[in-house]
Amino acid sequence: MYWFDKIKKKTGLGKKFTEAGEIWVECKSCKEQIYTSELAENLKVCPKCDYHFRIDVWTRIHQLLDTGTFVEKDKGLVATDPLKFKDSKKYKDRLKTALKKGATSDAVVTGPGSIEGRPVEVCFFDFSYMGGSMGTVVGEKITRTIERAIKNQMPLIIVSCSGGARMQEGILSLMQMAKTSAALSKLSKAKLPYISILTDPTTGGVSASFAMLGDIILAEPEALIGFAGPRVIEQTIRQKLPEGFQRSEFLLDHGLIDQVVHRSDLRTTIHQLLCLLKNDPVFPAEVNKKQKGLQV
Amino acid sequence: MVQILEFEREIFALENQIHELVSMSHMYDSVGDITHEIGKLHKKVRHMKHDVYAKLNGWQKTQVARHPDRPHTLDYIGYIFTDFIELHGDRHGGYGPSVVGGLGKFGDQSVMIIGHQKGRETQEKIHRNFGMSQPAGYRKALRLMKLAQKFRIPIINLIDTPGAYPGIDAEEKGQSEAIATNLFQMIDIDVPIIVTVIGEGGSGGALAIGVGNRVLMFEHSVYSVISPEGCASILWGDKDKVVQAAEALQLTAPSLLKLGVIDEIIREPLGGAHRHHKRTAILLKKALRKNLHDLSRLSPDELVHQRHEKFRKLGEVGFEVGA
Ligand SMILES: [Zn+2]
Repeated sequence: MYWFDKIKKKTGLGKKFTEAGEIWVECKSCKEQIYTSELAENLKVCPKCDYHFRIDVWTRIHQLLDTGTFVEKDKGLVATDPLKFKDSKKYKDRLKTALKKGATSDAVVTGPGSIEGRPVEVCFFDFSYMGGSMGTVVGEKITRTIERAIKNQMPLIIVSCSGGARMQEGILSLMQMAKTSAALSKLSKAKLPYISILTDPTTGGVSASFAMLGDIILAEPEALIGFAGPRVIEQTIRQKLPEGFQRSEFLLDHGLIDQVVHRSDLRTTIHQLLCLLKNDPVFPAEVNKKQKGLQV
Repeated sequence: MVQILEFEREIFALENQIHELVSMSHMYDSVGDITHEIGKLHKKVRHMKHDVYAKLNGWQKTQVARHPDRPHTLDYIGYIFTDFIELHGDRHGGYGPSVVGGLGKFGDQSVMIIGHQKGRETQEKIHRNFGMSQPAGYRKALRLMKLAQKFRIPIINLIDTPGAYPGIDAEEKGQSEAIATNLFQMIDIDVPIIVTVIGEGGSGGALAIGVGNRVLMFEHSVYSVISPEGCASILWGDKDKVVQAAEALQLTAPSLLKLGVIDEIIREPLGGAHRHHKRTAILLKKALRKNLHDLSRLSPDELVHQRHEKFRKLGEVGFEVGA
């Protein structure tokens, strides 16, 4: 089993049927059983304990962007397996399986859209595609998105959800860290805002490159964020890790991110920040609330 | 004590035999015969070394790259540069002993030298944290690179690390942020940066000082996104599958040259850098001199442009446009 399959198993997304035929899920955090319809209405946040379930990329797009504004770019980019990598299975076959399973190409969906009518370039990580791992395609799509943002003078938003670099593309995966960070330096020189959103999990090569380079860095509550995985750290130092270690709130406490933002406030917070950074008027709170109601 | 790697055993046995013959030669009547015999054995050992080292697989190269006797950054500094003055600290509360850096002379040119330092004896290994840096090491490196930029001094970086340190304090102090910031800022440093992988190039901790105009690699060094052990335990579910993992990762210099990740391979003396420090240092010196000379023709803007182009291209061959 793959490490990200293991993570997936732990996220409590095991669906079960009740007698009434309604589908419900058990919350990983409070163990309460929640109707999926209720969960969906609540942006996949547990209504009992606020636990943020991992959400698929299209739900995320629906929640963050104005309806119907997203235009996916570079969808056809497929990794060519330059290393001819093979472990128990060929990487080429893993790619085929992953493509069949999901509707997206590779682990990031990118393109322009708008938030409250404001144009943005966005990258959304898809954790279901090989754990959101970054290989050449992910690096290339992110870099192209940054380049489009510069060309069209648009702000950049990246919603990270990734276990890090993709081992099956070896050193070329590592180099995507440098490639994307270099592109961000050009975005920065163009004085265009970049808001980085960290979701559960954001680790390894993704966290050690563009995810930590936002002008503003926001994180969803209790997301696992860090360079090294907790298991690797535990094995290295042979100690139990403290409660809450490498969670969003821990990063906030250590001055590493700007804010922990509840999923239901994410869209308005991004909008507000973009307005403030561009010295534009911010919508009154009532309008924001109304907009929020529209997202579901 | 000399550490002998598995595939070096036969070589060492033969070398011992030669040594014994030499020490006993005074007991022979006919010196001519024994000299002839020793000559033959010398030739044999040379052939054997040549055969063994030409055929090292990825995992064996990893062992050579990690060999405790392999020259480290401070060894090279001693051999290649003069008037070296070490500069310490990240100016933000961190010392960063796993990375050393400072100013020195390369011929008559001032240079900034920065490199991971692993440590050889137990005490030094602990002090250097086995070359696994805390955020402070990377921040110190960036500070020194900016200092070099200010005074238009070329930068020479030497990579030799198992990886960035995975620890509680490292995470608290922003390991990810430190590495990311180096990638983000190094790309725009407008003086020449020459990077050489001298031993082990371990993932993000290596790349954090690896964004150069030129990236060179010693013949038996390795550079990888993850260690063979880590890869084996994650992808094979068996940490003993290191030979397969190292092979699959293509972490050797010839593979990386083919993938376009490095620009040049620096040959090592027969038998590996760990057996011939001085000769290895001379080879590095030559490579650095040539590359510094080449880069000296580029203007500050051209240097930055060249670095951007170089890293922009990486992975472009790694995908195709599907239907
Ligand atoms: Zn709950």
